[in-house]
Amino acid sequence: MSLVWIVILPFAGSLCAAFVSSRARNTEAWLAGMVTLACVVMALRCYPLVATGEVVRETFQWAPGLGLAVTFRMDGFAWLFTMLVTVMGALVVLYARYYLSAQDPVARFFSFFLAFMGAMLGVVLSGNLIQLVVFWELTSLTSFMLIAYWYHRSDARRGARMALTVTAGGGLCLLGGVLVLGRIAGGYDLDTVLAAGEQVRAHAWYLPALVLIALGALTKSAQFPFHFWLPHAMAAPTPVSVYLHSATMVKAGVFLLVRLWPVLAGTDAWFWMVGSAGLCSLVLGAYMAMFQRDMKGVLAYSTISHLGLITLLLGLNSPLALIAAIFHIMSHATFKASLFMAAGMVDHETGTRDLSRLSGLYRAMPLTTALATVGAAAMAGVPLLNGFISKEMFFTETMFVSGNALTRIGLPAMAVVWGIFSVAYSLRFILQVFFGPPAGDLPRDPHEPPLWMLFPSALLVLACLVVGMIPAIAIGPYLDVAARSVLGQGTPVHSLAVWHGWNLPLIMSLVAMVAGTGLYRMLGEYQRGTTVVPLIDWLRLDGKRLFESLLETLDAWADWLLRWLSTERLQVQLLLLICAAFAAALVPLAAGGLPAGSLPLTPLEPAFAGMWLVGGVCAVAAAVQAKYHRLAALSLAGAAGLATCMTFVWFSAPDLALTQLVVEVVTIVLLLLGLRWLPRRHQSVDDARVPLRVRLRARTRRLRDLVLALIAGTGVAALSYAVMTRPAVDGISPFFIESALPLGGGRNVINVILVDFRGFDTLGEITVLGIVALTVFALLRRFRPAPESMERPVQQREQDGDGSALLRDPHALLPVGPMMLPGVVVQLLLPIAGMVAIFFLLRGHDEPGGGFVAGLIVATAVILQYMVGGTAWAESRTRIFPQYWIALGLLCAAGAGMAAWPAARPFLSALAWHGTLPLVGEMHLSTVLLFDVGVFLLVIGATVLILVALAHQSRRGHRRQEEAVPASAPAPDPAVSGTERG
Amino acid sequence: MEFVYALAIGVLTGSGVWLLLRPRTFQVIMGLTLLSYAVNLFIFGMGRLAVGRVPIIDALRQADPARYDDPVPQALVLTAIVIGFATTALFLVVLLASRGLTGTDHVEGEELEP
Repeated sequence: MSLVWIVILPFAGSLCAAFVSSRARNTEAWLAGMVTLACVVMALRCYPLVATGEVVRETFQWAPGLGLAVTFRMDGFAWLFTMLVTVMGALVVLYARYYLSAQDPVARFFSFFLAFMGAMLGVVLSGNLIQLVVFWELTSLTSFMLIAYWYHRSDARRGARMALTVTAGGGLCLLGGVLVLGRIAGGYDLDTVLAAGEQVRAHAWYLPALVLIALGALTKSAQFPFHFWLPHAMAAPTPVSVYLHSATMVKAGVFLLVRLWPVLAGTDAWFWMVGSAGLCSLVLGAYMAMFQRDMKGVLAYSTISHLGLITLLLGLNSPLALIAAIFHIMSHATFKASLFMAAGMVDHETGTRDLSRLSGLYRAMPLTTALATVGAAAMAGVPLLNGFISKEMFFTETMFVSGNALTRIGLPAMAVVWGIFSVAYSLRFILQVFFGPPAGDLPRDPHEPPLWMLFPSALLVLACLVVGMIPAIAIGPYLDVAARSVLGQGTPVHSLAVWHGWNLPLIMSLVAMVAGTGLYRMLGEYQRGTTVVPLIDWLRLDGKRLFESLLETLDAWADWLLRWLSTERLQVQLLLLICAAFAAALVPLAAGGLPAGSLPLTPLEPAFAGMWLVGGVCAVAAAVQAKYHRLAALSLAGAAGLATCMTFVWFSAPDLALTQLVVEVVTIVLLLLGLRWLPRRHQSVDDARVPLRVRLRARTRRLRDLVLALIAGTGVAALSYAVMTRPAVDGISPFFIESALPLGGGRNVINVILVDFRGFDTLGEITVLGIVALTVFALLRRFRPAPESMERPVQQREQDGDGSALLRDPHALLPVGPMMLPGVVVQLLLPIAGMVAIFFLLRGHDEPGGGFVAGLIVATAVILQYMVGGTAWAESRTRIFPQYWIALGLLCAAGAGMAAWPAARPFLSALAWHGTLPLVGEMHLSTVLLFDVGVFLLVIGATVLILVALAHQSRRGHRRQEEAVPASAPAPDPAVSGTERG
Repeated sequence: MEFVYALAIGVLTGSGVWLLLRPRTFQVIMGLTLLSYAVNLFIFGMGRLAVGRVPIIDALRQADPARYDDPVPQALVLTAIVIGFATTALFLVVLLASRGLTGTDHVEGEELEP
């Protein structure tokens, strides 16, 4: 069970860290440290099993039907990497505790740090390639967050963006490559893929898979030509650089190359692609490192160079080179992390990392100096340190490359050149910063950092020394286990030793040492005068500049495409939408035409035709009047709606007719409430104002739209006629009719479908309704009407005269004035409407009715109170909290669904109880009724909330007037402030 | 009957589409209302027209599917009617807010041409 915990624990820790106070440095560091150490312990406990060559696997089925499982897998190599990630994590946590200042928001740091660690462990322990890619992208994302930790600095933001673009883009390539690879190998499980090496290399799709995977790995490991993001990522806090940019994340790329080495390596394509990228990075990185002024810049380019070394070793297609690569992954992580820590300590204590300003720090910081010197010596490959052993292994491997003379001689030569450069920049790094005359103008007075900050660095340096002196004991067994897990049976005999006798690699090393020292001297002369990097700057080869101009070009293209392919104008979009719909309808029509069907027609009833004559005229009239006569248009559209409603009655759909009728009423009231806020518009004014030319253009446009409307109308009419004259196809309808009574227990098939068979749909629908109501409410809270609509409308002023009607007493028994009689009627109506609603609700299962209709009836009755009595009067006596109705309705409906769970049946299964109650008699109760009650409550709440919120807007304008009159009672405003009070 | 019914759908669709293409928000909302009538009738019509075959099971007709109107389009339309109300309400409020913010009732939020 522990593998999955190694991955989950950091994520859990990340969540916890996010919620601890952001200034609690110690708490955060303890939390992160404990999590990391726990991971170390869990990983250690796996070692005995792994050491025997076993592979630890944990699989969790996710979607077995699709062959998807979450698999964690640990073999020797994964174990070594896990140890690297967790141990290094523990050291960095300790270091970061002292590095981060009291002002930094540490919660964010440790939270993302732990999340990164989890993602990295996920990459390492994934036993499934797609899962690996997911974690891979997670590391890109969390590293983005960590690089941009000081997001107030523009270089941090730019660096983070660049790193994310490059590595996440590479991740996408990797996903593509993995998909191809999985397809070839016949599965995404790592073991399946590893076993299919021969098959993969022989496959026609091998090259695309290799290119895509290599792109992913090379971008992640900052290899040429994608190396440029790494130096810019140095804007991150130093602990991040230590962890991500030397020890772990950049190693993910080479990790993947090692992981897939048995599958992909061994071909010429691999040699040239991986090997040449490695070689370029190796030499270029070391060359650039010599000219950097920033301490972290030197280390960044050196990292590119050393990762190039690993990549090159992997590209050599030799098992021994692979072992050397694994060894160097470990040894580079140790010395580079300690050097990054040293750079951070110098920065921390002096306030600068500029090599040209720093000098002679050994007086103030002797311990730091000692640690950095040993680290840099390891980087340069001085004997008795781990870097020396890797270098010897590398030199030896370059000698054994087969191929033409170019590679046989060129490769060792390049290796020596690299060695020279490494010695030069390592010397410069140490001598410039720590030795020489004391610096005069440092921002801060340098002194030794706290001991606990030195401690992680000291441990790493100690490791460099121990591995450098007794490699066979210190790392030999673990390296062997790791190599065996990758190479399997074919693992060659190898031994780690400091002394191999006087051989060519040793001579190469000596040459590099001597020549490197000489180069350093020359370099010092050159750099006194200029900061220009020879060759690179002369050719203006700046990766960052290229990258940014590429992004700008992409941006410009996207803009251009958008301009040509899209519009912001809604009218045009609607036009295009309708045209597209028309075109889509034409395609099948062109193929087969629209022959009339064979179904016998229903005999024509003159009354029906007459009704639709009126309905059609009303619809057309509404279309004509909608611009200048909104009220008339509304009434006319309402008439068309009534005709629709009658049609439902006519053709055996009483439920639809009922619902349509009440919805019609509510919609009309809603739109009436909105009319007041629209601008006044008079045809005569418009016509006089507009010049003839514009009017002509408008007329052309109208003609175009008329043609479109005619086409649309004819098309839909023809289509519906064609369908309705064809026999019905066999669908799912017979099932509903046959099973409504036996399975659903109701006679009204429509209602049974809504609340039982398709109850889940209805639950979704009422949820949408509730969301819409709340959205409307929220939008109206910030509603600002146009200034010209603020005044009371003309009609109201004419009716009420001087406005005294507004001062009517809201506590009066009945509304005074002309609305008194309607007021009485409406008050009587409320209980009756409630009764009718309950009647419809209860009979809904067997007769036309149901929750929707019932809810709308109640809502109509409520809104009538408002219309007749006025908002103030209505709200002085009833306090409706529609939000609660919505919540209650949803709870009821969901509760009815969940009631099935205790009976071990799926969500929304109906449970019924049939029995006899004293006095009442025989009773039939079902959760379906509860569900329908939920619908009922929610519909009431949503409708009333929408209408009342809108009705309230009309009171806003006058509120100021009312406040001006102290005698009037304070205006209650529950619809707007109900939530605040409740 | 089918012919009249199809014609009714056509007229409603035509009026709705015409209004959808108009520049004023109120015209668009009326267009949506008319179009939703048309669409509801269209979906309902997909179950074929049937007089006197209300899908409420009674003892006389038993549960014989041939004797009832197709209930599935009816159930679909019923939810469509209610959701139609919700979208109309949302659209109305958005258009009011847009009118308040931009000072015009043009769908583009600015007076292009009257």
